[in-house]
Amino acid sequence: MDTGKEFDKNVLLDQEDVLRPKMVTVEIAGKKYEVPEGITVIKALWYSGQEVYRGIGCLGGYCGACATYYRTKDDPKVRTCLACSMAVEDGMSFSMVAPFPARKAIYQIGELKDPKQDLFNLYPEAPLCRNCNACTEACPQGIDVRDGVWKAVFGDFKSVSEMFMDCVMCGLCVPVCIADIAPNLVALYASRAQGVHFNEKPPKLQSRIEEIEQGRYASEWDKLLKMDEPQLKEVCAAIK
Amino acid sequence: MQVEALQDLVHKTREARRKQTLPKYPPHERDTLIRKYHPDFRESAYRPIKFGPNAGDLTVRELACLLEGDSPVPADLDLTPAHSVDVLVIGGGGAGCSAALHAYARGAQVLLATKLRLGDSNTVMAQGGMQVAIADEDSPVQHFLDTLKGGHMKNDHQLLKVMVEEGPSIARWLLGLGVLFDRDSDGNLHVKKGGGSSKPRLLTCSDYTGLELMRVLKDEVLNQKIQLLEFSAAVELLSDGNGTCTGAVFRDLDNNRMFTVAAKAVILATGGIGRLHIQGFPTSNHYGATGDGLTLAYRLGAKLLQIDTFQYHPTGAVYPEQLLGALVTEGIRSEGGQLVNGKGERFVNELDTRDVVSSSIIRECEEGRGVRTATGHLGVWLDTPLLDVEHGAGTLEKHFPAMVRQYKRYKLDITKDPVLIYPTLHYQNGGVQIDVNGESGIKNLFVAGEASGGLHGRNRLMGNSLLDLMVFGKRSGTEAASRATAMPQGRLTLDHLTRFRAEAKKRGIAGSVTSPMLFPDYTRRET
Repeated sequence: MDTGKEFDKNVLLDQEDVLRPKMVTVEIAGKKYEVPEGITVIKALWYSGQEVYRGIGCLGGYCGACATYYRTKDDPKVRTCLACSMAVEDGMSFSMVAPFPARKAIYQIGELKDPKQDLFNLYPEAPLCRNCNACTEACPQGIDVRDGVWKAVFGDFKSVSEMFMDCVMCGLCVPVCIADIAPNLVALYASRAQGVHFNEKPPKLQSRIEEIEQGRYASEWDKLLKMDEPQLKEVCAAIK
Repeated sequence: MQVEALQDLVHKTREARRKQTLPKYPPHERDTLIRKYHPDFRESAYRPIKFGPNAGDLTVRELACLLEGDSPVPADLDLTPAHSVDVLVIGGGGAGCSAALHAYARGAQVLLATKLRLGDSNTVMAQGGMQVAIADEDSPVQHFLDTLKGGHMKNDHQLLKVMVEEGPSIARWLLGLGVLFDRDSDGNLHVKKGGGSSKPRLLTCSDYTGLELMRVLKDEVLNQKIQLLEFSAAVELLSDGNGTCTGAVFRDLDNNRMFTVAAKAVILATGGIGRLHIQGFPTSNHYGATGDGLTLAYRLGAKLLQIDTFQYHPTGAVYPEQLLGALVTEGIRSEGGQLVNGKGERFVNELDTRDVVSSSIIRECEEGRGVRTATGHLGVWLDTPLLDVEHGAGTLEKHFPAMVRQYKRYKLDITKDPVLIYPTLHYQNGGVQIDVNGESGIKNLFVAGEASGGLHGRNRLMGNSLLDLMVFGKRSGTEAASRATAMPQGRLTLDHLTRFRAEAKKRGIAGSVTSPMLFPDYTRRET
């Protein structure tokens, strides 16, 4: 909210460079633009007048829509980032990553008979990893992706499910794989299978469901739903 | 001066502040504060809606304009359908996926269309968890009362009862899909206490609950024979001319062409309105949260509820720029994090209610005691290092790993330095009026999730939105499917639009704004 006019300039603790942001030069998909230093890669696209809808999702680092390749000044190393969570700096070059046509296996997760063996039918390329580590290098979330693929292959689905909890499914690990593995999809399969087939059922949840079905709370509901607003207010006010 | 230099004051005043206790506001002062500074009470931000089902009702100007806005659909559009299905789901977040999966499981042919990718939503960002009353000392009745209290007693009792009672079976359904909720050592589901709840009731997947839910639901939709249309934005609903919804018109965002889907039942799961930046607020919402479902339903004649109240989360990030509007979890204040203004002073009891804390932060900034960042945003400090000082080194790292990581990306260490925060537009409390099966006032038009209204009253409780969208996604999907599989497809007309346009013309407001908005316009134009 900008209500700048109404501020007492003597009290307001301001920064000198508010009105004159430092401009930097960046290269977006091969073209040079002047943009304010420190804005995000996505904002640099908007700032340079581009309309973007493919490649933007949650704008908070969770959805993986904005996978981007970038390189900093004079460094030959091409790195990956999420464009919503990366600040631009002078001399940076970047391009958003187009969707990659990875193959997702189709399965009915609840009907699998031997999920650890089924992995090799659903994703037969999974055990062909040649340990190049490019997937791990490509992960903007810092997951040890290569290790995760091997753990899935060796049936340690539990570790996979823990390692990939912060996977945003950006898919940057996929195009770099020389064995055509989609590590994020393999991990998602293994994590779901772990949840459905290997984690124990929580006993108390089942008993609560049965209580509700058997009408254990029926009399409390009857009493409550007959109350008028002042009475309900009183009940609510008494909650600690 | 750099932000880094301004924060020295927070370090210098920490010792003195530690000993200070600030009382919560007494009821009278609290009401005065809220009425003066809470955005819901900024009269100038509101105006009555000029016509339609909510004519005369107050809402924020941004939304009023869109509700009265004109459709981009020409009156003579060829309505020959490109697709014809039993159930059309509009929206690909948590509510849309839940609705599509349940409708499909009931034997319906389902098409899910979304204007971004499947899963791009607010659901994916939910950190706090999902409220389900499963603890021994807890019950659905207690969940009901806590929610009612949080909603200022204005919640729809029937909707609320259904939600709290179906919570446990929803948790079982999600476990059956492979969602990895946190567990206790005895294998039971772990529950955490959330703001405004009297019992521990939050099911979590570390601090990635929404991400885990969305990953699994998305994968499950792709595994079923559910037809998916991404980058397809709904721009108008269709009716049979007698008040029953029969389909929708979409714009394919890749080629800009319009096409029509005929459906026996339509489920709107289009989410919230954060990207309208009501009253200029930053938002925690995703890119597509522009209230499309509200405008579509309104033009077809559906009544909206409680669209004058929105939730502003007190602690949205202000700095660094990359995190603007993103949430800084409430847990940090629960564990003793203090709010400090630009002069190094505390100004509110940090554990007061969300509306009070938000109002007091706005007051500090409007009265010139805020801090302004290089990109011109105002905020106050949240003294995060204080947690380690009070509870021992490593506390932040241990209890808030995601938060520490989030800032580390920008080379900021919240265990050493405070963070700048300001209230952020977080949630649309109201929405389209629905019944317990999710059906709106328009026959065969269902609404699920944040786009619907009534359940949360005037303030949603933390952790209730994930449960809301699972329960009402399920109920609307189930009801829509059982109805749709037993009836013929109705006629496709734009009759309602003809009437709507005539009404707008009569009031002299035709053609000024086109809605739905679809996306916020952040692209800088040539000046």
